[in-house]
Amino acid sequence: MKSRSLVAIDQIDKQELLDLLARAQYFEAHPNSKILDGKVVATLFFEPSTRTRLSFETAVNRLGGRVIGFSDASTSSTSKGETLKDTIKMVSNYADIIVMRHFIEGAAQYATEVTDVPIVNAGDGANQHPSQTLLDLYSILKTQGTLEGLTITMVGDLKYGRTVHSLLMAMRHFKPVFNFVSSDELRMPQEYLDVCEREGIEYHLHTEFSEDIINSSDILYMTRVQRERFSDVMEYEKVKNLYTLHNAMLDGSKPTLRILHPLPRVNEISTDVDDNPKAYYFEQARNGVFARQAILTRALGIDPLKL
Amino acid sequence: MTSSKKELAVAALRNGTVIDHIPSRALFTAVRILGIEGLDTSVTIGNNLASERLGSKGIIKVADVEFAEDVLNRIALIAPDAMVNIIRDYEVVEKRHVSLPDTLVGIVRCSNPKCVTNHEKIPTRFIVSGHGADVRLRCHYCNHTVSGAEAATIQ
Ligand SMILES: [Zn+2]
Repeated sequence: MKSRSLVAIDQIDKQELLDLLARAQYFEAHPNSKILDGKVVATLFFEPSTRTRLSFETAVNRLGGRVIGFSDASTSSTSKGETLKDTIKMVSNYADIIVMRHFIEGAAQYATEVTDVPIVNAGDGANQHPSQTLLDLYSILKTQGTLEGLTITMVGDLKYGRTVHSLLMAMRHFKPVFNFVSSDELRMPQEYLDVCEREGIEYHLHTEFSEDIINSSDILYMTRVQRERFSDVMEYEKVKNLYTLHNAMLDGSKPTLRILHPLPRVNEISTDVDDNPKAYYFEQARNGVFARQAILTRALGIDPLKL
Repeated sequence: MTSSKKELAVAALRNGTVIDHIPSRALFTAVRILGIEGLDTSVTIGNNLASERLGSKGIIKVADVEFAEDVLNRIALIAPDAMVNIIRDYEVVEKRHVSLPDTLVGIVRCSNPKCVTNHEKIPTRFIVSGHGADVRLRCHYCNHTVSGAEAATIQ
């Protein structure tokens, strides 16, 4: 079986996405096993991200694999000026697979070019974060029972938010209808609207976060609106509260609506939403372990469904 | 020698390559991309010559060298109208335009300061899409995308 790196979600086709989701489903039913027994997984976090690292390391531990690595570049040889290439080459001698996060964009792609050990991108700056997208996809599948023909409303920072871009690219296989809700300054970039045009995907741009939009949605995907994204502070002050979800706004929504958020949130989802059964963002993170078990086994060429 | 004869001596090429219709501002970049500084055959470079189409153009004549097509195509981004003439025994035996390859390796710098190509010693790689004025270059590493016109100014 082939072992394969995962750098970006749009490098894999619909069939492979479905294969990964089937694996995630399997691991949710069978979270603990020994199928990574004897495997060494390196987690190289050149940029700290406790949330993502713990999720990956839990995924490995529950499958019986071992973890080596570092959680912060200051404790690694990078701080002594070692190049990324040299670090990857060195670790390749020890590990069966490398999970890496880096603030440098394109770092994971480059890593695949200097080693034969499969690379899993756990985030490279503002560029790609495919395990986040897979867990989003798995959360949608799990809560809706299908990925096909859903109305997905993305709210907040649609310009810089890499999670919404990757989710759009992954969902494009499943005939969605998109609502893009943001201020003009943070609207969905043209290249992604072009993708929708090319693929014949219906989409609507909104600046107002109205109940009509919420009521038509199957998934509400909320993102953080960060002050530093605005060239004009006044503009930020004007829009910062326009894209906040409050519990009262959900009164007319579909019973099956679920609210997702990549976390951590700031104030874009009011805490009064947390107890609403439609709030799914805390469980969403839990799905990350299954999604990462799926990614790790695929990269290592281990098929849990055929063991 | 009269001045007209001198001009002729420079202009006439027995064997080699003439690259014409290079925008003046791109001439020396083209010289660098093609590695012409390293050649020891006779090279003639003219710049700021009158051109109806470009206003002002440059021209490169290299004796006894025929460049590979993929080498010449490396200047297509900065000199999209460049015309290549292959000369053999004083005759133009081939005349063609340069054309932009599907990927551009090691020519354009990535303008994203956080891109790995600006931190590690690796040649840049851009995926080219679109045509003419709509050419877009996407970085193979960081996915940062620029128009062809923007990219042509980043060296
Ligand atoms: Zn780049």
